[in-house]
Amino acid sequence: MTNRVLTGLLGLVLTCVSFPRDVMGQSSVHTTIQRVQQRMVKVFGAGGIRRLHSYSTGFVVSPAGHVATVWSHVLDTEELTVVLADGRKVRAKVLNAEPQLDLAVLELQAEDLDLPSWDLEADSSDAGPGTRVLGFSNMFRVATGDEMVSVLHGVVAAKAPLATRRGAFETSYEGTAFIVDAVTNNPGAGGGVLTTRSGRLLGMIGKELRNAESNTWVNYAVPIAELKQPIQQIISGQYKARQREPDETEAKARFRPLEFGIVLVPDVLLRTPAFIDRVQPGSVAAKVGLRPDDLVLFVNGDLVQSCRVFKQRLGRIESGGVLKLTVRRGDKLVPVELPVPEKSATPGDNK
Amino acid sequence: MGPLCMAAAMLLAVLPQTGWAVDPAVLAAEAKRIGVASRLAPSVVAIFSRGGQGGGSGVLISPDGYALTNFHVTRGAGTFMKCGLNNGQLYDAVIVGIDPTGDVALVKLLGRDDFPHAVLGDSDTLQVGDWTFAMGNPFLLATDFQPTVTYGIVSGVHRYQYPAGTILEYTDCIQVDTSINPGNSGGPLFSAAGQLVGINGRGSFEKRGRVNSGAGYAISINQIKLFMDHLRSGRVVDHATLGATVTTREDGAVVVDGILDDSEAFRRGLREGDEIVSFGKRPVRSVNQFKNILGIYPKGWKLPLVFRRDQSRTETMLRLRGLHRVSELTGPSKPKPGRPGKPGQPKRPSRSRRPVAKPPEKYKHLHIKKSGFANYYFNQQEQKRTLAGMSRLGDFGGASGAWVLAGKTAAGETYQLTVAGTGVGLSWKQKAYFQELKSADPLDEPKGSGGLLYAMHMWRTFLAQREKGFGEFYYLGSEPLDGVGDRVDVVISELGNVRCRWYFDRKEARLLGFDSRREEDADECEVRLSGDNQSGGRHWPKTILVRSAGKVLASFGVETVTIRTEAAK
Repeated sequence: MTNRVLTGLLGLVLTCVSFPRDVMGQSSVHTTIQRVQQRMVKVFGAGGIRRLHSYSTGFVVSPAGHVATVWSHVLDTEELTVVLADGRKVRAKVLNAEPQLDLAVLELQAEDLDLPSWDLEADSSDAGPGTRVLGFSNMFRVATGDEMVSVLHGVVAAKAPLATRRGAFETSYEGTAFIVDAVTNNPGAGGGVLTTRSGRLLGMIGKELRNAESNTWVNYAVPIAELKQPIQQIISGQYKARQREPDETEAKARFRPLEFGIVLVPDVLLRTPAFIDRVQPGSVAAKVGLRPDDLVLFVNGDLVQSCRVFKQRLGRIESGGVLKLTVRRGDKLVPVELPVPEKSATPGDNK
Repeated sequence: MGPLCMAAAMLLAVLPQTGWAVDPAVLAAEAKRIGVASRLAPSVVAIFSRGGQGGGSGVLISPDGYALTNFHVTRGAGTFMKCGLNNGQLYDAVIVGIDPTGDVALVKLLGRDDFPHAVLGDSDTLQVGDWTFAMGNPFLLATDFQPTVTYGIVSGVHRYQYPAGTILEYTDCIQVDTSINPGNSGGPLFSAAGQLVGINGRGSFEKRGRVNSGAGYAISINQIKLFMDHLRSGRVVDHATLGATVTTREDGAVVVDGILDDSEAFRRGLREGDEIVSFGKRPVRSVNQFKNILGIYPKGWKLPLVFRRDQSRTETMLRLRGLHRVSELTGPSKPKPGRPGKPGQPKRPSRSRRPVAKPPEKYKHLHIKKSGFANYYFNQQEQKRTLAGMSRLGDFGGASGAWVLAGKTAAGETYQLTVAGTGVGLSWKQKAYFQELKSADPLDEPKGSGGLLYAMHMWRTFLAQREKGFGEFYYLGSEPLDGVGDRVDVVISELGNVRCRWYFDRKEARLLGFDSRREEDADECEVRLSGDNQSGGRHWPKTILVRSAGKVLASFGVETVTIRTEAAK
């Protein structure tokens, strides 16, 4: 408690000291901006249909060509392209990802790059409310080729946990985040960076986040302190993905797709269509002829719009009955019936 | 716990004087901002249509009331509008010129010759991170016309924004995080020092409604400067195209992937697959950059183009052709529903619907309707100004006979040029050339001159009859002479298919020369006049330099001028 007071006071002292320098130091801000922009990349991948953008932002975390970016549908392609600050186009592949942190690390498919990069140890910093910050991202894909990413200015409004109430904010990241007063989290801005005005790395700009109830949007960044270790471990090949604690729906669910031998595509969108990615050989699903790329449209006559809804429906079916699915295969609708195994109530279901 | 509390207390004891007092530098910066904002506010205009259905913003740029705004603000406002200034006064204003592609309009506030006005800056000196002020009337909040001020930084420079379902295109524009909202359209973007660097007009809006979402765009004032005299001409002005499209090659080079074979670029040798090295003296490294360079110039400007094919490098000067047909510019340009993901204009907030009011009786004469013009009245004014020096040359109307000009070229060859009402003849280098005027089409005589003989006929018509000798005759605006020289005033004449551009020195309104084009997509005959040769109470040039397609034909020295009556011939 007292420790916190002291830290707060120190923070205040630091803020008071650094503020005037920022006010006067317009030329140093230009230097900061140029330095940061050299370390930013534009990421182009999957999307481009309906309202899904096919671009995002990344920041270079090793001279050899590792890029940290936001884990999103954009990366869900073999044709991932990264455009460096100097305009060079480079192929990239996802080295590893931590969906819980919305983090992915890309490896550029080019040799002898020797890029200007962030030193996550020396260049990182932390900040409290009131700190003046800059946001860098290729929001709205304004920049192409060797054009520099966009810069916004703002202030850290809070450093607080993201309230990831279901139905309100849908996000996989549930830790502490920098909340800023600038409109940093626009389409394509994910994977951008939040820095101090002297160019210290504070965090990675997250995906767009909307409160479904109030139709308001949150502008936030995941602190670099949370990302530093996973990034370094992914680069060195030592990273193991975190185990997610089973959440409410999963705890309640009586049945999961896997119990029928169905593996869905990764659920990366707000509404990822319920496509079957794989069917386990010898499973119930395999026996009734379900195939990869089948799109599940109806569960027991109810329309399912997404992977999530599909999982919720499965969670509610009675044991011992019949599961009726209608899938779209090519341009045909194919109905199938799967036997539901007998199963006792799970602990999460006994209220 | 004890020692820590002590430490905290000690810190507190040290802090109060230095820590809690606001740093003088902060106060000074604040005072400076307040000073700049209040100095600028009087030049900011709140624009309303006369019917009061909507509005936007604008900024005064001259004491006699010229003000800049967005085309999309004036589009719905009619020819006369009401403009409010921060002194609480409402002024009548009239449309002057419009640039529908660049989304710029020039209007003129009426009733004063001492309007407070902004100073134009140099938008190319803006850097990412610079502070800017946006001023205007977002959401039409200010009923007393006191402008709203927003403050933010430059997020990007030399940005390109695709057309949003209309012909409207933002090229080489300034991206800011300064809040730009509906109603800000047409208002000024000022630099921290208070110079006008842009006209706010657009934002990236996707799913968060039509309000600021961190990316606003301003048309650079440097682009508007290139169009300023075109706008003052009262015309509907057009942007330019090269007649070729470009794409990025795998290695990053920008190459031609399509070219019109009737374009000047094609005639100068540009072909598909050629690499664009530089354009308008700026290196080209991306398609956006190419579009940025092209987008800031009016139709008809000459720009240097450097292109490469294999090892050969070609430098050439090209006159840019128009991007649109007149009907495209003047026709209904209601924005189609913008495709998702594309930035759009902030919609004009609309007020109650009332019928458009009649123009004010007092100012009715300040608007003249004419096809291709926003307001022909202003073209008449500019014609008067530009042609004011012509009477000093003498009365050529009295010189109705055949003109005989004779002398030597710079190369020492003798020549004789006869320009009469029925035909034009030239004897030069032991050859005779003739252009019949009554029935023959304009010829390229001598060959490769672009039609010198017909050009001489145009010159005689211009001197003797001025606008009466042509079908169309109007003031165009200004451009650098030959793409490199000082800005000159340009007057256009049209007779049949022949189109001439007449160039006038801006200080003395002196005729410097003209380009005559026999037909569309033909190389021009470029005639440059210099020196003063008095004869019979009239001023003739001492030399007539003739060029075409980038090559000099000859420089004709005028030694004698005789006027013969047609009968004597």
